[in-house]
Amino acid sequence: MKNSLHWREYLITRLFRISGYSAIVFVGMIFFFLLREGLPALGKVEFVSLFSARWYPIEEYFGILPLIGGSLIVTIGATLIAVPFGVGAAIYISEIAPRWMREILKPLVEVLGGLPSVVLGFLGILILSPYLRILLNLPTGLTALAGSLLLGGIAIPTVVSVSEDALDAVPKSYRDAALALGATEWQTIWRVTLPAARSGVLTAVMLGVGRAIGETMAVMMVTGNAAVLPKGLGALFAPARTMTATIAAEMGEVANGSVHYHVLFFIGIILFLISLVVNVTASTVVFRQRKRQERILS
Amino acid sequence: MTVTSTSQTRHTTQRLGFSLLTLMTLLTVVPIAVVVIYILFLGAPAISWEFVTGFPREGMRAGGIWPAIVGTLYLTLGTATFAVPLGIGAAIYLSEYAAENRWTRLIRIAIINLAGIPSVVYGLFGLGLFVLFMNFGTSILAGSLTLSIMTLPVIISTTEEALRAVPQAFRTVSISLGATQWQTIRRIVLPQALPGMLTGIILGLERAAGETAPILFTVAAFFLPRLPNSPLDATMALPYHLFVISTQVPGMPIKIQYGTALVLMVFVLSMNFIATTIRSRARARRQW
Repeated sequence: MKNSLHWREYLITRLFRISGYSAIVFVGMIFFFLLREGLPALGKVEFVSLFSARWYPIEEYFGILPLIGGSLIVTIGATLIAVPFGVGAAIYISEIAPRWMREILKPLVEVLGGLPSVVLGFLGILILSPYLRILLNLPTGLTALAGSLLLGGIAIPTVVSVSEDALDAVPKSYRDAALALGATEWQTIWRVTLPAARSGVLTAVMLGVGRAIGETMAVMMVTGNAAVLPKGLGALFAPARTMTATIAAEMGEVANGSVHYHVLFFIGIILFLISLVVNVTASTVVFRQRKRQERILS
Repeated sequence: MTVTSTSQTRHTTQRLGFSLLTLMTLLTVVPIAVVVIYILFLGAPAISWEFVTGFPREGMRAGGIWPAIVGTLYLTLGTATFAVPLGIGAAIYLSEYAAENRWTRLIRIAIINLAGIPSVVYGLFGLGLFVLFMNFGTSILAGSLTLSIMTLPVIISTTEEALRAVPQAFRTVSISLGATQWQTIRRIVLPQALPGMLTGIILGLERAAGETAPILFTVAAFFLPRLPNSPLDATMALPYHLFVISTQVPGMPIKIQYGTALVLMVFVLSMNFIATTIRSRARARRQW
């Protein structure tokens, strides 16, 4: 009886440990399969032409620079929208809004986080881009700007919830001390609470940017899919094409094992590495912040 | 004099600043409500018994979306089959067993990374591993496996949070009464953490149900007017169907597009609603 109990304990502990470590295994497997299918691209396309400015797979032009540029411009636009609005909304929800207001606002932001990006892309095609076309007098509304607006909206819930957590974690005594010294609430927010929460807010911004770079469907549907190398911010008003959209749009039509197939996986490697850098950096910021809080408390 | 005037400017700044932040929050939140209501209104006329339970006809330009609804249901259930046990297991390991050492930190970094990998890269991975290497073909099985790895980080982190919220004293008492660690977890910790875990699981599955990019090359059938027979069948799915009828099919009646968007939105948001309801009920009832 006693023995079987031990046996069961041992087995169950093992099972849990295996599922814990599975996360590492999955990241490793994802990277391995991307490399396995993506690295052959380097053998089949010259390195110089892979990083050239012409993407036209039908004629074997596999220059991925326009796609990187497209991702960059759309993401910059999205960041310019998501960061001020996201952080602003987080400050409002955590510091200013009365309790009943908070109870309405937080679920609403969660709803935005839950809306499938394909639904937003659908509305982007039908409403946002025709409106932009008329408003800005453009030949087409399917532009990088439309993508940026949607992506900004998609990144906002991430920015809001992470920065709100960070603001929430600032000890109440900080605010009390500032108010007791005669600072207004506004001064307290700007000079005390926000600086105290800055590493968390920075994490929020990075995670939001990461979300924007990786987003696929909404961007593919509204950016017009033109693989043109953007030159300057004026490219916001022209069609663009991101790395994610290229994979999603073209992978379904390529022959497995063709050069085009390998190049698309190669783009996948780039995306994987970007998200790796963003998330590892963001997570070290979080760890450091936690350590500092422990120091303050002890 | 000077004191009052600076205090006046200070308060004017505060008023201006607060108004600005309120305006920004409204600009963020109002469009969300508008989107939801807009789709509700424009989608509602398309909803009928035939639309929900019928098969698409005339190149998807008429008839219903039943196969897509069933496909999304199967995919969500398939994802749950793989992701829920594994995610709960990993969360129990991290919260109840793991020591804070380098390996545990590596597991945490891996989970953060899994959460950040772009959904289309999951699609590539699923294509490379499940569809081609393991030879499952474009199938519900391959898609569910892909989606479950994508869902895993959400389930692990929310479940771990729920487990950690159970007071340490509960465990200490149970162990001191002679229970083993597994008995403590199963009889004491898990029941207490259940509502929080359910919330996390449903939110994770909600994400799986609404995603398109990971199923593009692993499951999705452009047009398949029958129900799948086995896990190795391809299937239509709601998010992909909405993508197809709003970009790939010329002359698509707008009513059907809005109707499909509405069904997808209701499917996903009702999961969201159930999850948040469980959470707030549990919070209200919590005794510790």
